[in-house]
Amino acid sequence: MTSMLSKVIRTGLLSLVFGLFVVAMPASAQQPSSVNPTAQSVKEAQLLDALKPGQSLAGRVSIPNKDAANLIQPGRDWRAFNQETLPRIGTIAILGVLALLVLFYLVRGKIRIDAGPSQMRITRFGSVDRFVHWLTATSFIALAITGANVTFGKSVLMPMMGPEAFSAWSGMAKLIHNYVGFAFMAGVALTFLIWVKDNIPGATDLKWILVGGGLLSKGTHPPAKRFNGGQKIVFWSVVLGGAFLSLSGWHLLFPTAEGMAEAQWHATLHGTVAFVMTALIIGHIYIGSVGMEGAFDAMASGEVDLNWAKEHHSLWVKEEMERKSGSRISGAAQPAE
Amino acid sequence: MARMKFLCDADRCIECNACVTACKNEHEVPWGINRRRVVTLNDGKPGERSVSMACMHCTDAPCASVCPVSCFYTTADAVVLHSKDLCIGCGYCFYACPFGAPQYPKTGNFGSRGKMDKCTYCAGGPEDDNSQAELDKYGRNRLAEGKLPLCAEMCSTKALLAGDGDIIASIYKERVAKRGYGSGAWGWKVAYKETIAI
Repeated sequence: MTSMLSKVIRTGLLSLVFGLFVVAMPASAQQPSSVNPTAQSVKEAQLLDALKPGQSLAGRVSIPNKDAANLIQPGRDWRAFNQETLPRIGTIAILGVLALLVLFYLVRGKIRIDAGPSQMRITRFGSVDRFVHWLTATSFIALAITGANVTFGKSVLMPMMGPEAFSAWSGMAKLIHNYVGFAFMAGVALTFLIWVKDNIPGATDLKWILVGGGLLSKGTHPPAKRFNGGQKIVFWSVVLGGAFLSLSGWHLLFPTAEGMAEAQWHATLHGTVAFVMTALIIGHIYIGSVGMEGAFDAMASGEVDLNWAKEHHSLWVKEEMERKSGSRISGAAQPAE
Repeated sequence: MARMKFLCDADRCIECNACVTACKNEHEVPWGINRRRVVTLNDGKPGERSVSMACMHCTDAPCASVCPVSCFYTTADAVVLHSKDLCIGCGYCFYACPFGAPQYPKTGNFGSRGKMDKCTYCAGGPEDDNSQAELDKYGRNRLAEGKLPLCAEMCSTKALLAGDGDIIASIYKERVAKRGYGSGAWGWKVAYKETIAI
């Protein structure tokens, strides 16, 4: 009985399905004969045209690396910047400042102490000041050389060294750059902390800058406090430029935290600021060493000639004299006038 | 000599990821690196398409241009290869590549990425063809054996084509003409500054 019943049901269902199929036939025949399955499909040309500069054509991937979801990033601006603009900025900045310094030296010569050495010395920078200065200075020089190697190495050094030796040196330079960066960051932060109180710009600095700091003519010495206008420019350039270098460098150091467009932006900022800073620091090195008599003592022994200090930091010397207990003046017992 | 190119016919790609798997297996690619990947655009929407993408072996390749140690070179077949002995792992090729092809075995801090790895078009590296050193660093050299890249060779729907640019372009054009549609030669405009008119 039950098998009979199931047979009937099965036959009924089959005929019903068949009947439906027959009924459906003319309906499907009425549909458009050719369906274009790509009527709504994504087309490369349309997607690329819709992209704004810096955007990428992205989708979904089933692998863990989600950066791989960026299919095409058409922008080649960074390549052009890295291969053409940045080397140009670097060449102009470095050769430009060197040319200016040679010209300045030929015209002005070494800036002497007008009153001559006094045989008396005044403490200008203590050990903490000098430590912070040289921490920042040595790390900056190491970073500038190893950094410039990335931009100029393959066109300047590689033909001389050969690809293998140049690659070995560049690999080492990269490591130096990546680690010494932290010393520089510390140096910049300490520079800011210990000297910011003496680097607030004021009217005195404006006057100093307006007469070119007296650098251009003999016997002109505009008054200045502990740091003159020029030094304040160097201070703020180091602090702000150093902050930009540190931030962009930090992003380039930690590859997990970067997308490609972000990395391009940080590399652009890093390279540009670095070359401008290098030019500025070359000027700073010149005037702190061969360019001016007595200037290097400030960062070497920390004690400068009193006449030098009076000429370049008159207001600071006056302040120091007033609280003589805090400042040691050594040398022959001569009246300070 | 041929001008080797890849072409992914997205209207045929079924996102099976076999090209990705075959590549990883053939070359014993390090953990975390996929020389090839399949990207699905408009996922879940009408007109969704998947594209298999790897290094496109660009004409005038940006990676080679920005490399600070010039470790890239282009073979006679126009395949863009690099030397892992010269690579310093700086990451610049990754910044410049329009296809995200260069990858690094390590994502360690302090920029220690290791040597860059990317699709070699199954053509190895600067070492002697099919030497052990080449196998260890770059994977198999199928091109030297007269074979095309494995990803394209084993593609079940023949979506991914590899070979001389003119030949694969004519195959694609023929397909588009026959079926009446085509979503484009993905990446060609950016990689080769030319595309296939469809």
